[in-house]
Amino acid sequence: MRAIIDGNEAAASVAYRLNELCSIYPITPSSTMAELADEWSAQHRANVFGTVPTVVEMQSEGGAAGALHGALQGGALSTTFTASQGLLLMIPNMYKIAGELTSTVFHVAARSLAAQGLSIFGDHQDVMSVRQTGFALLSSASVQEAHDLALIAQVATLKSRIPFLHFFDGFRTSHELNVVEMLSDDDLRALVPETLVRQHRRRALSPEHPIIRGTAQNPDTYFQSRETVNPFYAAVPGILTQAMDDFAAHTGRAYRMVEYHGHPEADRVLVVMGSGAQTVARTIEHLNGLGQRVGMVQLRLYRPFPTEQVLAAIPASCTTLAVLDRTKEPGSGGEPLFLDVVSALGEAYANGQRASMPHVVGGRYGLSSKEFTPPMVVGIFDELKLATPRPRFTIGINDDVSMTSLPYSPDLDLEDPATLRAVFYGLGSDGTVGANKNTIKILGSSEDTHAQGYFVYDSKKSGSRTVSHLRFGPNPIEAPYLVSKAGFIGCHHWSILERMDVLEFAREGTVLLINAPYPPDAVFAKLPRTMQQRIIDLGIELWTIDAGQVARKAGMGNRTNTVLQTCFFAISRVLPRAKAIEKVKEAIRKTYARKGADVVRRNEQAVDASVAELHRVAVPSAVLGQVTLIPSVPSSAPDFVRNVTAMMLDGHGDLLPVSALPVDGSYPSGTTQYEKRNISEVIAVWDAESCIQCGNCAFVCPHAVLRAKYYNESQKDGAPPGFESAPLNAAGFPGSLYTLQVYAEDCTGCGLCVEACPVTPIGHDNNRKAINLAPVQDRTEQKENVRFFESLPVNKRSRIDFASVRGTQFLEPLFEFSGACSGCGETPYLKLLTQLFGGRASVANATGCSSIYGGNLPTTPWSRNKYGRGPAWSNSLFEDNAEFGLGLRLAADLHTQLARTRLEELRGLVGDDVADRILNAPQEYESHLSQQRARVDELKVRLDLLADDEGVDEQTRALVDDLRSVADHLLRRSVWIVGGDGWAYDIGSGGVDHVLATGRNINILVLDTEVYSNTGGQSSKATPLGAVAKFAAAGKPTNKKDLAMQAIAYGTVYVARVAMGADPQQTLKAFREAESYDGPSLILAYSHCIAHGIDMRKGLDQQYAAVNSGHWPLIRFNPVLRQAGKNPFLLDSPRPRIPLADYHRNELRFRMLANTDPGEAERMLVLGQEQVNRRWAEYEEMAGRGAETFAVDARV
Amino acid sequence: MDLSTSYLGLPLRNPLVASAGPLSQTVAGVKALAAGGVGAIVMYSLFEEQVRREAERDALLEELHAESFAEALSYFPSVGPGPDRVASGYLSLVERSAAAVDVPVIASLNGSSVGSWVSFAHQLQDAGAAAIELNIYFVPGDLSMDGAAVEQRHVDIVSAVKQAVTVPVAVKLSPAFSSVGHLCQQLVAAGADGLVLFNRFLQPEIDIETLHVKPSVALSSRFEGRLPRTWIAALSHKLPVSFAATSGVEEASDLVRYLLAGASVVMSTSALVRHGAGYSRQLLAGLTDWMDRKGYQRIDEFRGLLAVPDDTDTSAYLRAGYVAALENAKQTYGSMRA
Repeated sequence: MRAIIDGNEAAASVAYRLNELCSIYPITPSSTMAELADEWSAQHRANVFGTVPTVVEMQSEGGAAGALHGALQGGALSTTFTASQGLLLMIPNMYKIAGELTSTVFHVAARSLAAQGLSIFGDHQDVMSVRQTGFALLSSASVQEAHDLALIAQVATLKSRIPFLHFFDGFRTSHELNVVEMLSDDDLRALVPETLVRQHRRRALSPEHPIIRGTAQNPDTYFQSRETVNPFYAAVPGILTQAMDDFAAHTGRAYRMVEYHGHPEADRVLVVMGSGAQTVARTIEHLNGLGQRVGMVQLRLYRPFPTEQVLAAIPASCTTLAVLDRTKEPGSGGEPLFLDVVSALGEAYANGQRASMPHVVGGRYGLSSKEFTPPMVVGIFDELKLATPRPRFTIGINDDVSMTSLPYSPDLDLEDPATLRAVFYGLGSDGTVGANKNTIKILGSSEDTHAQGYFVYDSKKSGSRTVSHLRFGPNPIEAPYLVSKAGFIGCHHWSILERMDVLEFAREGTVLLINAPYPPDAVFAKLPRTMQQRIIDLGIELWTIDAGQVARKAGMGNRTNTVLQTCFFAISRVLPRAKAIEKVKEAIRKTYARKGADVVRRNEQAVDASVAELHRVAVPSAVLGQVTLIPSVPSSAPDFVRNVTAMMLDGHGDLLPVSALPVDGSYPSGTTQYEKRNISEVIAVWDAESCIQCGNCAFVCPHAVLRAKYYNESQKDGAPPGFESAPLNAAGFPGSLYTLQVYAEDCTGCGLCVEACPVTPIGHDNNRKAINLAPVQDRTEQKENVRFFESLPVNKRSRIDFASVRGTQFLEPLFEFSGACSGCGETPYLKLLTQLFGGRASVANATGCSSIYGGNLPTTPWSRNKYGRGPAWSNSLFEDNAEFGLGLRLAADLHTQLARTRLEELRGLVGDDVADRILNAPQEYESHLSQQRARVDELKVRLDLLADDEGVDEQTRALVDDLRSVADHLLRRSVWIVGGDGWAYDIGSGGVDHVLATGRNINILVLDTEVYSNTGGQSSKATPLGAVAKFAAAGKPTNKKDLAMQAIAYGTVYVARVAMGADPQQTLKAFREAESYDGPSLILAYSHCIAHGIDMRKGLDQQYAAVNSGHWPLIRFNPVLRQAGKNPFLLDSPRPRIPLADYHRNELRFRMLANTDPGEAERMLVLGQEQVNRRWAEYEEMAGRGAETFAVDARV
Repeated sequence: MDLSTSYLGLPLRNPLVASAGPLSQTVAGVKALAAGGVGAIVMYSLFEEQVRREAERDALLEELHAESFAEALSYFPSVGPGPDRVASGYLSLVERSAAAVDVPVIASLNGSSVGSWVSFAHQLQDAGAAAIELNIYFVPGDLSMDGAAVEQRHVDIVSAVKQAVTVPVAVKLSPAFSSVGHLCQQLVAAGADGLVLFNRFLQPEIDIETLHVKPSVALSSRFEGRLPRTWIAALSHKLPVSFAATSGVEEASDLVRYLLAGASVVMSTSALVRHGAGYSRQLLAGLTDWMDRKGYQRIDEFRGLLAVPDDTDTSAYLRAGYVAALENAKQTYGSMRA
């Protein structure tokens, strides 16, 4: 049977059917495998042995590996799916599993490791990090192979008892859609004899025939024991070959563990593993066709290293050999595959097994999914022609520092002329990718058509661009690289072509479809001139449609996917037009059937309307108008932003040379301000007249696009005519004006401000507020206003009331314009953190949404104030964030102590008065801190003078220099440990607990979305009872963990549960109390999220409902109160006044269960309500107790 | 004392029926209603528009952020039993309710067009609905549709649904027709097995302080029983179908009045919402008391006693009632200027 699936599904389909247990933890790009397994299990699909596999989601990959190890020892056929850091966390168990000769297959979508920065993309760094564990490593080079080798690995592990790690390239293979011949259950049964399964089971631990496994061994026997396994490893190549032969006999698809392609007497040969092999194979055919003699050795088995097979595969004629590694091992003599090949060849040559020793060089390619294309392969072979090729090289980058990179000419096109290549530019929200996946399925479903799809996403979560690369043709498509020279290009959003070259992949005669909000005859002149010129030069066939209008008329809102998909079918000539249209409709009926008849009907209408509204544009012979590409950053931006960041923004990051990039992963902060994304067509508009200046809107704005300042009337001189202001609505500031400035180019139109606004101007309906959303086209006036607004001074912190929401609007946010989802529930808390403490904060950020919108290149939102101060931000890992943050605290404490010591020592020089004032200063409140900041600044000036003072002796100067290096620590540093619930409740739970228990002055902020948001909605221990999430498809069967109560149990931890949508003032109070508390603090912040399935504009309403239904009671536990003899437990929200059902009703995560299993939903709701009632009673009881019932802090 | 009666051909233990309302949104509620003693339960109305809207909204929410970000190509597991996910919830509720109680469970469909109800009505029948109540509800104010078209729409819906199911079908309609009796006649001709009089038009209210219009759902008051009672009295002997009375049942006396006017059953939502599901016991006790006092043993002995007799000109009767009422009012209030 033929199917169009991606590599993840290809592997998971086999793994699921051949195992009893999938023990997993979500990690990109492998998550899909686990999610599919979970879905199948939820649908009670049986494996080939007739049982429905269990899928268990653990708290980390370490946990997943542990559970897997246990299940294997228990005799269950068990597997896992992982990647990158996840695989690293499994290493300890991998040694155990291998050491105990246990059959299992891990399926890995191979991915980069976090070093100078993390990357979710593909290379072999992770799998290379486990090559020493004793696992066999088997590599698939395509989607079909990922399917087939998943089976072969399973057979081989059961026969050999050596555990296998089956891997394929992350994203490139894991996410590529391609045609796959599916293995049936019968195929699987035929190749995996049940006797092997029973043997595996027999090796299990059982009290019926007990054994002791996992002993502690001594110097006398450990070594020998380690050597006992050798025969098992020696048997692997034979077993694997047999398995591959059996497979070939059964399916007709033949694989070898080491395969040679190319000229039988090749002089130059490449050794390669993974998807790159397809690229090399195709290029070799081309070069040999030109009379060259080149070849390739493709490794499928990497461990145990098949020395004999590799040696046999390298032709005797080979004089130069390049080994390509998709990994990097700094400091090593070479990358691992290279070293293995060299040692094999060297040994063979030395012992006379091989007559000549070819010249062997090692190259790196394709790190983090860097493209690897036929021209690069040609570049490598050209290098190998040289008398002395570079011994170590890189390909695909410009290394102008170590000069490792090989030159190549990028223009070579080796693609099958019968294949249609298409590229589509879309925005994440417009459904382009979904429609393209659909197109691939439509076309690939006919037996005579092959199809391939690969999708590139940018790193923003709102307004993100997508580029789809599609191929269709009569022959199998083996091109694991992006499309170039496309026959069809679709630009689905006008804003994209205004900012980037969408004709990068065009060729002569490309059919270009533009979705344009203009009449057909006006479109051409509105294109950037460079684009017009390219259209003319290449004779591009230009078509246009106003898809937005067609979609709206068809009642489909902004979803233009069906419209544009139809246009592709109509003009790409991929099928005869009438047949193509019928195919689209057929697909619509299939795809949307479950969404209801209306959705189907609307889409069908849209198809007909699209054809009618599609127009070919007559291309003039010369360019028209004056439109140019909008530069990605302003010319006023700093050098780094203009020279480096802008290249990434323009999609030219691949061209950046090594020298352009920071050596240690340190990037300038505050770069989002230069990227004016203009992603929303509706933006907030301030109604100065009605506004009561309460600050609620600025408080909740997730994107920091609402800024308030007050200033003297006279400062308004020179303001642009459209600059709005109102008299400041506060006593004691006569003649002052107030402006709430909307940053029009940064606003995402989320509408949270509108919801937060308490004002309904008289005479208007409920929907009108003092801040509203309005469509915007030309932002020139607003840009002028922003420029003027920025020229007004930031209000002095000393004059602002920090204790009120109203006051905070005047504090400068140092977290701004992030790429988080429009209306994000997390970012307002981060923004508040920076407003209150940003100038002296260090932030440790767990991996997750917040590290992505907070730290994903090209631009980052953590910024600095005019003094150059701002949050110092770093992301270590997912699992260690609390510990990492504690480290920041410990370092700060050490240096504070050092600074104090040195200051004491230098007291005579700086003066007793200065020293005393600094050393004895209270540092609790903002006023204290600003005074201390001034004192420290003064001290630093004094120290600078002393350092230059020739009269100071050397010993003293050393003290002065020492103090200068740590003097900043005399101001209390605010250490924040930030992350989501996946971190705090699951993977980092142990660390959070431990760090809270240390009693150190750290502040943990948990942005609780009650689900893994960044990786796509997997259940965490924060997920509430009855909510549907991945790995809780039938509704989460257990209650959310009460992390607050766990922390409260220590008695010494400040704990707050906040929800700014319900009570912003309580949120503010909690942040300030937590920060000033001299000990550990934990803030649990309710963060509404797209993964809740809500209208994000109503995010704050849902926060309100969460609190008022009792799902999220607002509390504070303040140990300071206990010290003062009071009850430290404060219940801040009123007794629940709406039923839990009212909160659940508005969220798809709860409705989904009601839709699929209403009886269960009802039962869960009843239990959930009971839990709410019970917990509320406990809280009330606690809030009413006497102080003496709470523990005293022994540290005080 | 025998309170049993028959409605839409279904034998009921008594003539009090819980009408479509908030109490029948859950199985627990349905059980409570049955335990309270009602003769049958009409499930809460499944609104056609609501089902469509919710299905579309959920589909949109599921897809909205999908395929936009490399790490999260979706945010929800693919679950769902297939088409009409929202409706399937209702089907399940009907199924579980029908299994949970021993009184007939009547499904209620609220829509304004033939739409997809035909197939859905069939599914409801399969789910165990003893009958189907079509709650045909037009939003007034649509100027594009004339009265005849509105009536025809009603007739079309009834015929379509009747063709799809074998269980009895009742029609709940609004009183806002120029000739209610004629329409009822047409509906009966189209196959309606019963008429439920009347639907209540939920009217928004104006808040003079905030200057806003608020949608409001007010529970019915006793006074509202007079209109349906009049029409039941007028039609119950003329049309060979069951009549269900709804609106304004607060006390047992209201029940009695409806039965006297000719209703087969009397429906209540407001009183049960106000006083709880157990209030039906009191209503039935009141009915028994009254029958006892009047010496009736069975409902049929007095049902329709005060309906317009079959051989009377209904409009004359109603006109007479109107004249008599005016006369009565004149006497009551002295003089009428009109």
